[in-house]
Amino acid sequence: MDFTFESHQIAFRDAIRKFLMVEAAPEMLREIWETTSGRSADLRARLADQGLTALSVPEDFGGIGLGDLDWVLVLQELGYYAIPESLVDTAYLAAGLLSELSGDIEIKREWLPRIASGEARVAIGHPSNPFVADAGTANLLLMWHNDAVHAVRPDAVKLTAQPSIDNSRRLSQVEWKPEASTRIADARIGAPLWQRLLLRGGLATAAQQVGLAQRMLDLGVDYAAQRKQFGKIIGTFQGVKHPLADVAVAIEFAEPVVHRAAYCIGRGHARAGHAVAQARMQASEAAHKAARASIQAHGAMGYTWEADLQMFMKRAWVLDAGWGDLAHHKARIAEDIFDDQAALGPSNTFSTHYGEAPAPRVSAVSR
Amino acid sequence: MRLEYTERQRAFREEVRQWLSEHLPEKPLECLDTAEGFEAHRAWERTLFDGGWSAVTWPKEYGGRGCGLIDWLIFEEEYWGAGAPLRVNQNGIFLLAPTLMEYGTEAQKQRFLPPMASGEEIWAQGWSEPGAGSDMASLRCSAIRDGDHYVINGQKTWSTRAVYADWLFGLFRTDPASQRHHGLSFILLPLNLPGISIRPIKQLNGQPGFAEIFFDDVRVPAENLIGEEGSGWRIAMATAGFERGLMLRSPGRFQQTAKALVDLYKDNQTQADRDPGIRDAITRGYVAAEAYALATYRTASRLAKGGKIGAESSTNKIFWSELDLLLHETAMKILGARAQLLPHAPEAAGISHWLDGFLFAQAGPIYAGTNEIQRNIIAERVLGMPRA
Repeated sequence: MDFTFESHQIAFRDAIRKFLMVEAAPEMLREIWETTSGRSADLRARLADQGLTALSVPEDFGGIGLGDLDWVLVLQELGYYAIPESLVDTAYLAAGLLSELSGDIEIKREWLPRIASGEARVAIGHPSNPFVADAGTANLLLMWHNDAVHAVRPDAVKLTAQPSIDNSRRLSQVEWKPEASTRIADARIGAPLWQRLLLRGGLATAAQQVGLAQRMLDLGVDYAAQRKQFGKIIGTFQGVKHPLADVAVAIEFAEPVVHRAAYCIGRGHARAGHAVAQARMQASEAAHKAARASIQAHGAMGYTWEADLQMFMKRAWVLDAGWGDLAHHKARIAEDIFDDQAALGPSNTFSTHYGEAPAPRVSAVSR
Repeated sequence: MRLEYTERQRAFREEVRQWLSEHLPEKPLECLDTAEGFEAHRAWERTLFDGGWSAVTWPKEYGGRGCGLIDWLIFEEEYWGAGAPLRVNQNGIFLLAPTLMEYGTEAQKQRFLPPMASGEEIWAQGWSEPGAGSDMASLRCSAIRDGDHYVINGQKTWSTRAVYADWLFGLFRTDPASQRHHGLSFILLPLNLPGISIRPIKQLNGQPGFAEIFFDDVRVPAENLIGEEGSGWRIAMATAGFERGLMLRSPGRFQQTAKALVDLYKDNQTQADRDPGIRDAITRGYVAAEAYALATYRTASRLAKGGKIGAESSTNKIFWSELDLLLHETAMKILGARAQLLPHAPEAAGISHWLDGFLFAQAGPIYAGTNEIQRNIIAERVLGMPRA
């Protein structure tokens, strides 16, 4: 039992953090987000130079071949720096799904190297998201159809833009027609692939929300350290301090839940879905608490377009609705814990299966 | 990262489980804040000690088992999972002992740790005074050196377990001219010395879980000083760190409560489902208890690799105390009119521990440093916000 990351995982996270601090400053992101596509080929190329687009691509296809546990710390940074979904959808989710198709097949040979190099953007259409992110700039769309996986070219889809309050997002409704020629995996093969993709989508959401929570906390703390009222720095007031301290608590008790979820996905545990659902609950709570506390610390400034807080706050809010919304995840936990076969209580924290017969117990004699 | 137990750890869990199943008292012990209940709990400490389970993380030479923190967590999970009795000597074993290990002389360790492990000497805490609660640095109870003794005068209050306990550890002002956190010393003393009078204070449950302690020229041998004279504040802060940090409230306790809450819900589902918030609260409570366990495993893993306890001291305190409230408030809602019944009420059979737990949960955000103090600590020392 060892709940710490390897030093190389921490080192990679630190390198990405340093890179994004310079290359993804809020003023640069604002500029990119004001464009029609909302995306910058130049930034994508530099992210690729850092190896970010190659993480999930196997070495045989020009990638690095790392796993979910390597991703999770990076995902937190992508949240902290508000990097739009195109990167996660392409480099983590689509690359993950394509890599898990068996064999050395054409679709993998064509797309995995291009994902690794940062050339290709892949959008993903699944019923858990009514709108598809970044379909307009995608070179390929992976579409769900009755559990089958279809690879669809951009010229074969019709898009209706659905603009979001989160200015980083480019959402569309996608009309398309499944054909035998677009199908890359039938329902039998596709169902488990989609299941893994959904777990990863959930993990990515939770990890980004934890990163966003930390960013909003930092912004609130910074603002409160500068603003003066009644002749004092407002950060000296307990009424300002305590809600921000509560955000630090919420992050502390979301992060390890997210990390366990990454571990469970990486190991293919039967309980991974449950672990992801717990991560979604804790991360969402931390993110919403951070948004609330930070906007309050900012006062009227927090309600403006001008203050950077809004960029992170809006992402934190809208992420809740993706990859199985929060209601879905909460309902899943409730279903699990109220099941008569549920293995609850101490000693089951790291069970790999959910609902296995509870361990034999001596009868409880007092609290 | 490796989130599986080793074969050795699995075997250890089995060993704990087996031992508990063979040694647990047949019926629940009486409340430990009654004279009889206190002695019954003392006897249980002895049983634990004889089995080698009373202080698993201590070195063997002092009566422990030499276990690491992950083993400690496994032990605690089994302990709470089995519904074993509360630990009447937790002040000593979990709070004073780590301080003694770090700051005590070898002679002090030899003298105090073994009888602590066996329950022969049960410890009370002496921090708060009438004028020094959250603001502990304003304490005034004095201990003035006189030859090879300290002479203690003044008053302590809210002293947990002091009504029946044998010994007290706490902070005293050894330099009468000193201010605030200077001139304080960490001293141990037996509660039967001449000049000590103890006035029980009834807690919410009507039992004397607290006491006021009055000192009138009480002479304590100077060898009972821990560390240097005047270094008491630093040593006490270390104690407070251990207390809030990790060992006072292990996650198994809350996971067991969360599990029991699910069972309570199932047994009373018709009543419970009248309030659609109940299932939601149980779900949140279960997830939070699990989050607390995961965070604790993370801290324990970090400490096992040589890390130091840091902000977890304060974040943990806030989290578990609020979690405990959520779990017990939810149980009270499920139980409705029966929630208020005292243990001897005929309709209270099998449920009165929820009332006990609910009352005790009210104290959680107050003791071991109020949650407001913890939020100040987090804001100033973790987030770097300016002091008032």
